[in-house]
Amino acid sequence: MKAIILVGGFGTRLRPLTLTLPKPLVEFGNKPMIYHQIEALAAAGVTDIVLAVNYRPEVMEKHLAEYEEEFGINITFSIESEPLGTAGPLKLAEKTLLKDDSPFFVLNSDVICDYPFKDLAAFHKSHGDEGTIVVTKVEEPSKYGVIVHKPSSPSRIDRFVEKPVEFVGNRINAGIYILNTSVLSRIDLRPTSIEQETFPAIVRDGLLHSYDLEGFWMDVGQPKDFLSGTCLYLSSLTKKGDDSLASSSLPYVHGGNVLIDPSAKIGRNCRVGPNVTIGPNVVIGDGVRLQRCVILKGSKVKDHAWVKSTIVGWNSTVGKWARLENVTVLGDDVTIRDEVYVNGGSVLPHKEIKANVDIPSIIM
Amino acid sequence: MSLQVPSTIPHRAKDGGQGHASTKAVILVKLPPYISPREACAPWLPSFNTESKVEMAMSIHSDVGGPSRGTRFRPLSLDVPKPLFDVAGHPILWHCVTAVSKVPSIHEVYMIGYYEESVFRDFIKDASTEFPNLSIKYLREYQALGTAGGLYHFRDALLKGRPERIFVLNSDVCCSFPLNDMLKLFVDKDAEAVILGTRVSQDAANTFGCIVSDNHTRRVLHYVEKPESYISNLINCGVYLFSTEAIFPSIKTAIKRRTDRPRLVSYPSSENLESSFMYDDEDDEGREKVIRLEQDILSDMADSKQFYVYETKDFWRQIKTAGSAVPANALYLQQALQSQSKELAEPTPNIIPPVFIHPSARVEPTAKIGPNVSIGPRSHVGAGARIKESIILEDSEVKHDSCVLYSIVGWGGRVGAWARVEGTAIPANSHKTSIVKNGVKVQSITILGKECAVGDEVRVQNCVCLPYKELKRDVANEIIM
Repeated sequence: MKAIILVGGFGTRLRPLTLTLPKPLVEFGNKPMIYHQIEALAAAGVTDIVLAVNYRPEVMEKHLAEYEEEFGINITFSIESEPLGTAGPLKLAEKTLLKDDSPFFVLNSDVICDYPFKDLAAFHKSHGDEGTIVVTKVEEPSKYGVIVHKPSSPSRIDRFVEKPVEFVGNRINAGIYILNTSVLSRIDLRPTSIEQETFPAIVRDGLLHSYDLEGFWMDVGQPKDFLSGTCLYLSSLTKKGDDSLASSSLPYVHGGNVLIDPSAKIGRNCRVGPNVTIGPNVVIGDGVRLQRCVILKGSKVKDHAWVKSTIVGWNSTVGKWARLENVTVLGDDVTIRDEVYVNGGSVLPHKEIKANVDIPSIIM
Repeated sequence: MSLQVPSTIPHRAKDGGQGHASTKAVILVKLPPYISPREACAPWLPSFNTESKVEMAMSIHSDVGGPSRGTRFRPLSLDVPKPLFDVAGHPILWHCVTAVSKVPSIHEVYMIGYYEESVFRDFIKDASTEFPNLSIKYLREYQALGTAGGLYHFRDALLKGRPERIFVLNSDVCCSFPLNDMLKLFVDKDAEAVILGTRVSQDAANTFGCIVSDNHTRRVLHYVEKPESYISNLINCGVYLFSTEAIFPSIKTAIKRRTDRPRLVSYPSSENLESSFMYDDEDDEGREKVIRLEQDILSDMADSKQFYVYETKDFWRQIKTAGSAVPANALYLQQALQSQSKELAEPTPNIIPPVFIHPSARVEPTAKIGPNVSIGPRSHVGAGARIKESIILEDSEVKHDSCVLYSIVGWGGRVGAWARVEGTAIPANSHKTSIVKNGVKVQSITILGKECAVGDEVRVQNCVCLPYKELKRDVANEIIM
């Protein structure tokens, strides 16, 4: 089977992290975001993966070569010289997707969930129509495009309602699809939207179905959601009893959902959790309090610091008694001096912060 | 203690009579009327009488003017009168008395104020033991008389033994009190009055009493209290040395003038004509008795007396708002450091001098303290806590891994683990204790009143918290009732 992952542009919403690495390589739960997707696709029997990007992907090539080997799959890039929207890239990658007659998966690279590819393929095969959209239930459907089914069928889609004022349903497009190759003939090679042009056309023919996603789902394209998504992901690991999580019997683990790379060092009298990921070679000092945060590779959090709702980018240093909170994001190689407070600061790479950041702001 | 005093005074007076000029000291401990009994503890502090005939009056008075007078040291003054508030390990008054004790000719100190007698009882007892050469007494005003009115009211006590000179100190001043230098100038110039002056920034000057002086002779040419326009950046420090023959007649003249006509606050102009005639107090009886040095005496002295200014290059701050205790604490600690005081904690990698830790306080070795921190009796600072530029009052608990910066933790306060209690640094030469954040004026220093508790991991920034409150959520830029 085949899959195309829509990576798109520079991931500006996830800056300052994406000033250093392309978004698919930013670690989510201590693995690059795209690793989660490739791993799940390979497990479902996918052998060919296209990454649709609109920038030069040199930095990614090395990593992807490793994944090709690890999973025994082929990964190719489809490079847009101009942005082609969400449908155009499919046409551009037509050659790979038309390699055989089997349907192909389409994924937005920002979406994190328990990928249900095997089950999704089986469901798609069972109804035999042209496409299947994964849908997830949300509490406030008025912010999204909602899917409405035909009265006669639990899965066949009747129409899409964009940002409904009145309640018409609470299932929204989760950004994951499985489509027959015939869909490619519905797409022109131009900037075009799969949600607004291609799907409505298939719906008119009554050939599009929905598939309900079990478990968590999150678009982690921006820092706030990246943190929320991390919480959901870690909770899901806990629910599954995943043994990569730090044991609750460790003295410093507090409230569970803590993922620590084996190479990381944790000092004495720390309190870590809930919802914390600590990357490789991270050094946590003594008496540090971490909760709802992501500490990326090679960073250092010094003694007595307090970190909450924060992403500490690679190779950064958080000073003693520093306090970071409210969706603070540190880029690569940032230094927060001792005793400094940062409230919702977005700090670009290679900066040193010497004075408090009292109100959310971007530090260039 | 008070029984021992009379036996020593005649002896001193006799000494004075043998040719040493005697000086007394008066510390003015003023507090306005209509304040809660506790706060009303701190008005006029007594004067100190000395061996040679210099008398010292310390005016322990709090702020004068405005409807909120005397309340600016809240919330701390809700529990302790300002003159007795501890900075650098000792009551504010103690620093005044210590300075007075360094003038050899002073043997009597009178504190004049409006507080009840009981308020200063323990302080006087302790200070009399610590300064055995000083007789320290408290003279209580039963109605607010103003800084000069109080002196005049107690003139019989102050003039007993015929002192030639009298130092008058306001107790809400934090400075090095270069009294001996003032005394030297006084003698050199054969002066009738010497005022301590200091330079402040031009834009801050008009919030103080401004002195115009002759650069060479140091003679005071003109004095205006809180002028509307810029006159001079040499300002009144609230510390004076007067010849007794000059000051008491001057006050008497002012009182007489007062009874003849209302006080002229400033030179009338078309803009302020209506407001320029003001009564000091609501009731007419009180009005006639309130005479202030600053408004009613000094200006006249500049015109008619041998009035000189001693300009200090050393530190000087007013202790007005509660937050100003933090810079005062820092300045007195630095003074103690420079004089190699044995009271200060020994520097270590985790003790950044100057730091005062009361012998009964416990500080875990991994806590990092300083600079400019005082930790009061029986307080406990937990492992890995950080305290900088702050005052921790007695019986407080600062738990592990917490952080306290530019703050005052009131008596019996609790700061939870990983909590952060934070104010904002006051620039080194600023006389302001508030800052504007997001367009709102807030206190620079965070103050937790008595027995306030900050929960674990909670952050408190630029807040003033009244006594007995528990803070469970993050707060910033607020007064918490």
